[in-house]
Amino acid sequence: MSGLTVSGETFAIHLPEALLFGFLGVLALLILGTVAALILPAMQPTKWSDLGPRMRSWWVIALLVGGALIAGWQATAILFALISFLALKEFLTLAPTRKEDRLIVLLAYLTVFVNYGLIFADTLFEDSYQVYLVFAPVYAFLIMTAAMSWIGRTEGYLATVGIVQWGVIVCVYNIGYIALLMRTPGAEAPAGAAGLVFFLLFITQLNDVAQYCWGKLLGRTKITPRVSPNKTWEGALGGWLTTALVFYFLAPSFTPLSPVQAAIMAIVIPAAGFFGDITMSAIKRDLGVKDTSRLIPGHGGVLDRLDSLTFAAPLYFHLLAYFAIERF
Amino acid sequence: MLQTLRRYALMFVVRPIARLLFGLDVIGAEKLPRDGPAIVAANHNSHVDTIVLLCLFPARLLHKVRPVAAADHFDKGGFGSWFSRNIIGIIPIKRGAASRHEDVLAGAKQALARGEILVVFPEGSRGAPEEMTRFKTGVARLVEYMPAAPVTPVYLQGAGRSLPKDSRLLVPFNTTAVVGDHLTWNGSHHGFIDELRTRIEALKAEAPPLRWR
Repeated sequence: MSGLTVSGETFAIHLPEALLFGFLGVLALLILGTVAALILPAMQPTKWSDLGPRMRSWWVIALLVGGALIAGWQATAILFALISFLALKEFLTLAPTRKEDRLIVLLAYLTVFVNYGLIFADTLFEDSYQVYLVFAPVYAFLIMTAAMSWIGRTEGYLATVGIVQWGVIVCVYNIGYIALLMRTPGAEAPAGAAGLVFFLLFITQLNDVAQYCWGKLLGRTKITPRVSPNKTWEGALGGWLTTALVFYFLAPSFTPLSPVQAAIMAIVIPAAGFFGDITMSAIKRDLGVKDTSRLIPGHGGVLDRLDSLTFAAPLYFHLLAYFAIERF
Repeated sequence: MLQTLRRYALMFVVRPIARLLFGLDVIGAEKLPRDGPAIVAANHNSHVDTIVLLCLFPARLLHKVRPVAAADHFDKGGFGSWFSRNIIGIIPIKRGAASRHEDVLAGAKQALARGEILVVFPEGSRGAPEEMTRFKTGVARLVEYMPAAPVTPVYLQGAGRSLPKDSRLLVPFNTTAVVGDHLTWNGSHHGFIDELRTRIEALKAEAPPLRWR
């Protein structure tokens, strides 16, 4: 297999061909977006005012994630553990918690360490994947609910249990699948594990960008006026179609899927991304905020950027595992 | 030498850690003073407040920013005292026990005269988490002494949840700082602190809703 190999005395990096082209494609899109961010705001300042900071943030995101994927599964797990922590902190800052729950919030942060630690725990368990599957949804849940009842304030108990568990599942467990996917043996995918993860991230982010672009170009009919008033049918369907086509035609380069399997995932993954997006919008609306924080200029918070991935990542992982990957 | 150490410690150690743990969202950063002498006045709920306010300033101003802090709490000797004075850069102020003839604000006045930016908490004490108490007149006496110094009101939210008074357990939560338009000396001690308090309370509306029961 061809590709790019860079080696020195103490290091060697091998990029499979598809991944190399993927990175170059992202680079081309970033340059295109940067040029657009220089031209469009000058023509219609009000319509495109957020494009400049948005593009600058995209560069930072691309360099961080691209760097981690090249560096390997350990670096990817550490980066996404950090991302999960920031997302969970955003969520638990905005969601209602009680004064007595500070310890529970600390326990919730601790699940980040355990959840991502399990990705490293090959020697500890016969199959660390099975432990990963049950840790956050079952055992973190049991420990935290028990701890919360031990603290003893019953008023608002059930609501707080639900809120903390929602945060852990969405921000830690679901996002953790991205890092877990990096443990796929290289031989099981045409562009290695990094290729699988790159494809997931590329597809979900492309879906967001495609929805944004189709919406700005043609958007008329609101799709969820009460939840996310900027979303339109034109944007959502245009984005879905664009992403599904790109997924289907690029799948052979990045995934071991058959054409039928690729077609199923091409339909499911962009739809999951869309529902992740509007679910987060519903929560933000309930909490009375527009953005989850101001960490990423032009985008809002980590959760604002991650919203579609929180749904797309577990589905992508499980469908791949079911269809094609022996390891999981 | 110590100034350089302070600047680098704040830029490369304190600020990254604070950003990781407390997020440090700012609304209206452009309204912060760009040079001294100036005063920044905020509500006070946690030791973390001081760190949050310090981190709002750009690197080139950091050496001028001086939090005014209670001597009985931060200047008790040992490493804590060294760290508070030299890295956080506090101006220690005596609470309560000061004698009648001593000007407790002398250190703060000298700092204003040197053109520094004072960070003050007019409540004087941290109080109950995420609640504002009565303002003391110290800040008004400082602007009376130096009317050229604008007083910038800042509303801080969230730090009281991360590290409330009487708690040793630090729990990370995002903080938000809302910066308002500055005030100048209006000739009355109580008039000034009332106006300052009203302004800080009004800024609360711009922060994300706080749901903490």
